[in-house]
Amino acid sequence: MINYIVRRVLWAIPVLLIISLVTFGLGHAIPGGPFDREKPLPVEIIANLEAYYGLDDPLWKQYTDYLWNALHGDFGPSYSSRSRTVNDIISDHFPVSAQLGVLALMVAMVVGIPLGMVSALKQNSSLDYFCMFFALLGVSVPAMTLGPLLVWFFALKLHILPVARWGTWQQAIMPAFALGIGSAALLARLTRASMLQVIREDYIRTARSKGVSEKNVTVHHALKNALIPVVTVIGPMFAALVTGSLIVEQIFAIPGCGKYFVTSITNRDYPVVLGIMLLYAVLIIAANLLVDITYAWIDPRIKYT
Amino acid sequence: MEVKLKEKKQIIGETFIPERPEVNLWKDAFRRMCKNKMALLGAVIITVLFIFAIFAPYIAPYHYAEGSLKDNFAQPGSKFLLGADFMGRDLLSRIIYGIRISLSVGIVGAVTAFVIGVFYGVISGYYGGKIDNIMMRIVDVMYGFPTLLLIILLMVLFKSTFSVATPGTFAGYLNTIDRAFGGLFFIFIGIGVTSWIGMARIARGMALSLREKEFVEAARATGNSNLQIIFKHVLPNLIGPCIVRVTLAIPGYITFEAFLSFIGLGVNPPTPSWGMLISEGYKAMRSFPHLAIYPGLALAITMIAFNFMGDGLRDALDPRMK
Repeated sequence: MINYIVRRVLWAIPVLLIISLVTFGLGHAIPGGPFDREKPLPVEIIANLEAYYGLDDPLWKQYTDYLWNALHGDFGPSYSSRSRTVNDIISDHFPVSAQLGVLALMVAMVVGIPLGMVSALKQNSSLDYFCMFFALLGVSVPAMTLGPLLVWFFALKLHILPVARWGTWQQAIMPAFALGIGSAALLARLTRASMLQVIREDYIRTARSKGVSEKNVTVHHALKNALIPVVTVIGPMFAALVTGSLIVEQIFAIPGCGKYFVTSITNRDYPVVLGIMLLYAVLIIAANLLVDITYAWIDPRIKYT
Repeated sequence: MEVKLKEKKQIIGETFIPERPEVNLWKDAFRRMCKNKMALLGAVIITVLFIFAIFAPYIAPYHYAEGSLKDNFAQPGSKFLLGADFMGRDLLSRIIYGIRISLSVGIVGAVTAFVIGVFYGVISGYYGGKIDNIMMRIVDVMYGFPTLLLIILLMVLFKSTFSVATPGTFAGYLNTIDRAFGGLFFIFIGIGVTSWIGMARIARGMALSLREKEFVEAARATGNSNLQIIFKHVLPNLIGPCIVRVTLAIPGYITFEAFLSFIGLGVNPPTPSWGMLISEGYKAMRSFPHLAIYPGLALAITMIAFNFMGDGLRDALDPRMK
């Protein structure tokens, strides 16, 4: 097990290297430079700036310099906001994306898991059909549709929630729901499927025949086991919510990482682009690793070599 | 059916040859799917959408790019059923033409994901060993990429590299194609680069288990080449689940395009993509909320239809999963 984890963590290193190399290559392949302006700067000033940031070095040197600095925890300067480094930018904006991701995940879990449970326990009842119809709806309605609908109804019609921006808890409600409902629906379907499988197991029948109360059977025997596959998707779901929050950030004017990424590409702000890309890649790789470990930890039948 | 067979068997004895109507997987699946009302509804909506997409010029009251500034932000009424946008263009017509964009992205995304993913996965899983190892390492790397960010990067690269390319060169040629598609061509490529990964993993897993099956061994024993086995025995057996998977992924491709157009990296104006309509409408949200909400609803309805159909297809092809 330990061996397996170590090997997986070591394997993440070449993956991150390749991702950084590809991102670096693609970024520099985009024509134009960070100091292009609508009213062009004098050639000498551009040359000075490029010399200052090391942009006049050959590309391979720029890349290795970047890696070397990144290994020491310095992800470089930002060309467009010159008073801040990439580290500053990430520590300013990433917490916002992460908060949004956590809130959306909470929405997903609080709405999705009970819905799936109720649905499974009352299988084929009209309540089940209603819950599953809602889940199918939730999977299908994208944040791009839901966001404007929520804004229109709660902010513009009822005037009970603020239209946009980030900071107070009222401002967090609509973005969290717009981002989290799709995942809630996925969790509901997953919980239902897994619960249906579990309540047909022999040990449930044994528990019932021993005279364990129905409530006890549901909570202690069925639910606990049914949640195994649900727990394992939570990590990647969080990673997907954080890395996919861009559209919600755009709709609600939230100063997260995603929005910054797009502006940085347009500004040819290579270090910022690389920094955010690597950060998100680490998040995804860690989440995937976490799934495999939790699987092995929860279910002793699974063995890794 | 079974009862009947038993009775007949008793009557005729050992010489009985079962008379069953010929049923294959697809006929069976089709019959089951027709019983599923939600799947049928999805299929009907998709058919209607296709008809609208193909006959858009005859159905839409106006052309998507035609409008006069006199009518800007006109309210829904008899002249413009769903109102007009900030340039005075009819929203309904733009939504109808937008079906073309969304459907073509969905289909092209599905086809590329299917073709690349299935072939990649089958080769990797069937041959196994070193080939499998290398091919799956590549998939691992792709899996680590934040897909959204990668596509954004690619789109910026495509748009800025090829738009300055000189006509006549390869890049210039690509740019001409992209112009002809209204900016869709590069979206196709962007989706193609990332969409096959999940499919490849599934196809590989199935190919891995299929190649150990007796019928593959029998085929090999009778002197079939690897290619023959792949095409005749492995592919037909994994195509069903892969089709289900790809149908369920179509809504993802459609939102991807809408998303790219929303942030301004998708289609070129005035091509009416729903994502672009939402982003244009959202700017006037306070005064004219319908401009963002109607295209959003169109997007949602399309996604619901594909999900209904995908779910139905899954239940029909593999009733055990229900």
